[in-house]
Amino acid sequence: MELLLFNIFNGLIIGMFYALMALGLSLILGLNGIINFSHGAFLALGGYIAYSLTPVIGFWGALIVSPFAVGLIGLLAERVLIRPLYGRDPLFSLLLTFGLAMIMQDLIRTFWGATGLPFTIPDTLSHPLSQVYFFVTGYRVFLVVLSLFATASLFALLRFTRVGVRIRAGNADLETVSALGINIYRLRAINFAVGILFAGLAGVLAAGRLGLTPTMGASLLMPSFVAIIVGGVGSLLGSMLGGIIIGVAAGIVTTYYPAASDVVIYLIMAVVLVVRPRGLLGQEGLLE
Amino acid sequence: MSASPVDKTASAGQDSAPAAPPARRIPALLPAIVIWLLLLSVPFWLPLLGGYTELGTRVLIFGLVAMGLNLLLGFTGGLSFGHAAYFGLGAYGTGLMLKFVTHSTPLAILVGVIVGGLAATVFGPLTVRRRGIYFAMITIAIGQMFYFVSVRWNSLTGGEDGLTGFSRTDVDLGGWILHLQHPMVFYYFTLFFFAIGCAVVWSVLHSPLGHTFIAIRENQKRLRFLGLPIGVYIWIAFAISGFIAALAGSLYALLNNFASPEDLNWVLSGVFVIICVLGGMRTFWGPLMGAVIYVVAQDYLSSITVNWMSFIGAIFILAVLFFPWGLLGFFQGRFQK
Amino acid sequence: MSILDDIHISRRTLLKSGAALGATSLMYPAMSAFAKSESPIKIGLIDPQTGTYAGTGGNEILGAQFAVDEINRKGGVMSRPIQLLIEDSAASVGQSVQKAHKLVNRNKVHFLMGAVSSAVALALAQAAEQMNTLYMDTGGHADAVTGTQCRWNTFRTCSTTWLLTAGDFQTIFDKYGKNWYFITPDYAFGHSLHTDYVAQLKKAGGKELGNALAPLGTTDFSSYLIKAKSANPDALLVLTSGNDQINTLKQATQFGLNKDMGIGGPMMEMEVLEGLPDAARYGYWNMEWYWNQPNTPHVMDFVDRYKKAHNNKVPTARSWFGYASVYALALATEQAKSLDTMKVVKALEGLELPPEIALQPHKTFYRASDHQLIGSEFPGQVKTGGVYPDLFEVADIVDASKIARSAEQKGCSISYPS
Repeated sequence: MELLLFNIFNGLIIGMFYALMALGLSLILGLNGIINFSHGAFLALGGYIAYSLTPVIGFWGALIVSPFAVGLIGLLAERVLIRPLYGRDPLFSLLLTFGLAMIMQDLIRTFWGATGLPFTIPDTLSHPLSQVYFFVTGYRVFLVVLSLFATASLFALLRFTRVGVRIRAGNADLETVSALGINIYRLRAINFAVGILFAGLAGVLAAGRLGLTPTMGASLLMPSFVAIIVGGVGSLLGSMLGGIIIGVAAGIVTTYYPAASDVVIYLIMAVVLVVRPRGLLGQEGLLE
Repeated sequence: MSASPVDKTASAGQDSAPAAPPARRIPALLPAIVIWLLLLSVPFWLPLLGGYTELGTRVLIFGLVAMGLNLLLGFTGGLSFGHAAYFGLGAYGTGLMLKFVTHSTPLAILVGVIVGGLAATVFGPLTVRRRGIYFAMITIAIGQMFYFVSVRWNSLTGGEDGLTGFSRTDVDLGGWILHLQHPMVFYYFTLFFFAIGCAVVWSVLHSPLGHTFIAIRENQKRLRFLGLPIGVYIWIAFAISGFIAALAGSLYALLNNFASPEDLNWVLSGVFVIICVLGGMRTFWGPLMGAVIYVVAQDYLSSITVNWMSFIGAIFILAVLFFPWGLLGFFQGRFQK
Repeated sequence: MSILDDIHISRRTLLKSGAALGATSLMYPAMSAFAKSESPIKIGLIDPQTGTYAGTGGNEILGAQFAVDEINRKGGVMSRPIQLLIEDSAASVGQSVQKAHKLVNRNKVHFLMGAVSSAVALALAQAAEQMNTLYMDTGGHADAVTGTQCRWNTFRTCSTTWLLTAGDFQTIFDKYGKNWYFITPDYAFGHSLHTDYVAQLKKAGGKELGNALAPLGTTDFSSYLIKAKSANPDALLVLTSGNDQINTLKQATQFGLNKDMGIGGPMMEMEVLEGLPDAARYGYWNMEWYWNQPNTPHVMDFVDRYKKAHNNKVPTARSWFGYASVYALALATEQAKSLDTMKVVKALEGLELPPEIALQPHKTFYRASDHQLIGSEFPGQVKTGGVYPDLFEVADIVDASKIARSAEQKGCSISYPS
């Protein structure tokens, strides 16, 4: 029983990762209409930049600077590569971002090397918080808290700032927003950068948990798409919920049948799609 | 996210790319003749260009599965991200037959095709009511189940290490023996099945069935109002493309004398989709063109540089930015202007 | 002059010849020394340069290239230069087999070598056999390669799973105690490591408290670590490798498991140690080769040469696999005086590597009965607080011929083509 409880807690942490990834992917899928297969590569980039920054500005500095640096690179990528894709079949975005991911993985390997690198987290975070519940380490709690904070900030941004309101409006009806004289190109650029920023943040956090390899983002990509589908396309809250659900489900299955912990998320998605075709909180007609 | 851009951004009016050439005029006779002549003479000119026969065989196999997938993807508008499952089932079906049951290569192919094709036929109905990204994701889900089985069923499939211990055997055509172990003989053997696959896709596209597929891609809603059983048609397209994928997978197992779980993984499904989009998914020969570029570029570039992935990535990006309808779609557009 | 005559090269002569050749010709050592008419002996090397195994694969390539350069500087094989054709397998089986076809049918290589993962090794062994080509498995460890699926054309330089476990079993048993818990990657390689350890544990009177099977590619091992903790063993045996091993050890450290129980395993690699934070570097492990052997002749010399050529990076076991494999092929060819596959196979059978190449104290040879290299295992302790490259303390160098199982026990009987 204790093992089950632990695995649920553990699944929550993994779920928060998926949720961070899924939020970014979902933003980009919604307003930009881009299936972003380079999200995992941006995640890895976030981790590696933080690795290089840590000796200079420390862990905490890197934790803040690296996601923004990755976001800026995302902004550049949007301007040069993504913008010509708007209005075209999303399949082309898949092809382009897949190509971008390949290039980024090569660059990371060339700059930082193919061998894995350790990413050191501060001592204050690296110890268990209690002797009995030794698996609740400071870093794990920190991870959940920070993810929740980042998510709350995003929701506040979308709810209370002008840009945020416009992004949400654009998500609902881009044509009308455009007709109202809002520069939708700038809106999409900002939106894309914010999505990538979340990938970068997930990357720094993942580096502390797993260490760095050039391919570290690849295995997180598909579960994040699954999270979006389970939660419902077009709903950010849904994406987050989807991430947590599949994380916890994988955790529970790990307790009883570890071998199936990978496949269970697909099973859940299949069931959700059969029972509730638009996902838990999805809207009808989006991206079909 | 179906092949016709019905996503809301499309309505912003930027989609001024030339409408894809109508499918019924493809394949025009002349390009087809040139392509077949080139394919028939591959073992003679490919080595002169620094290639080798197995590379040609690999191109044919990837071209075959992509053409089959394109029937669903490009002509019916169903984005399948799970066709590697049927490809891999074909590979395992053939491999297991040769390893445990029979020494007859044609029989092993037959079983592989039936196993993979039937799986697509049985699971197709689960997908047909979904569209766009939902269609893609449910096909992934089904594909990953098969992947999981292939990894877990250690005693039968060899698990992560893959299935070894079988090899393609000679075929006796009434006294005339095909030495399949010879790379060139196996190339023509593969070309024969590639031709069958092409013939199937071509005749479907030129039948009323094919016109219905294209109509579904262009406007599913209208057809539904007309009372057409859309789901049944998509199911048929799914099943046919599944059988073709299984045939390609079966040949792939024979080419390598090996079957691996990676043959069923969604990553390979993604490669198939990319090949279609790269070559031009509204065209008959586009997928073959995509397969030529993808397979040859990967083979050639990875021999000369460690950073070959950058070059392939650059090809993808340039193709998207400068060839709005895939490489072949672009050229066809030029011709018709 | 051939490598057989010149094998006892001293450090001084090497330095002299290096100085004489000058920096520019050192960069192109292969061709300069040979007449144009001498066609090269081609070795095709298939190893991952991209993807998950790029780090380990890269070191095998460096080691192989280093050996080729050395051999060519010393006059080549049968007065012909060796040419290494490197192909990226991307750790994909399909791509590896394709590259094997390419190397043999297009590039006309005489030998194939390479592989980091077992799946690739098994597939390459078969593909090479079908093309009647000799294949040297550098780094795919599955027992089957020189066991149930052994082949007349296939040799292997890295250890079997049995040798890995037998190498440090006694050390771990003595240091930690008799109650063991396992974390095993859930595929053939992991299963056979587990079986091999358990067999030895039972014989020694120890007890297996449990075995957690983790799927290959698992990133989160905490669930398995918790099971291990509640079993309260004397020793936790970590059988994962590569990135999975890094994740297991990092997380075990975060949970403080290393304070409650001994942690160790059958295989530690320099590449893994480099990827671990200092706090997670500990335990008793087995290495297949280690650069710091103060009492073994020629090793320091080799390490110095290697470091000089590689930006002060020390050779890892993987580099040595590549190095020794190339030399083995060269020596066998020289001995056979032929490039005929069967003749070179026959020459490799029983071939003993000279001490300059073996770089380990015990007799190092390719056993004729199963084509497995029998050399030494290096059980020892990972140094906590160690600074690169001084990360491991060899406790004992075990003579593999004393612990190896026979070909019959492994289920190998080689049949040759008629």
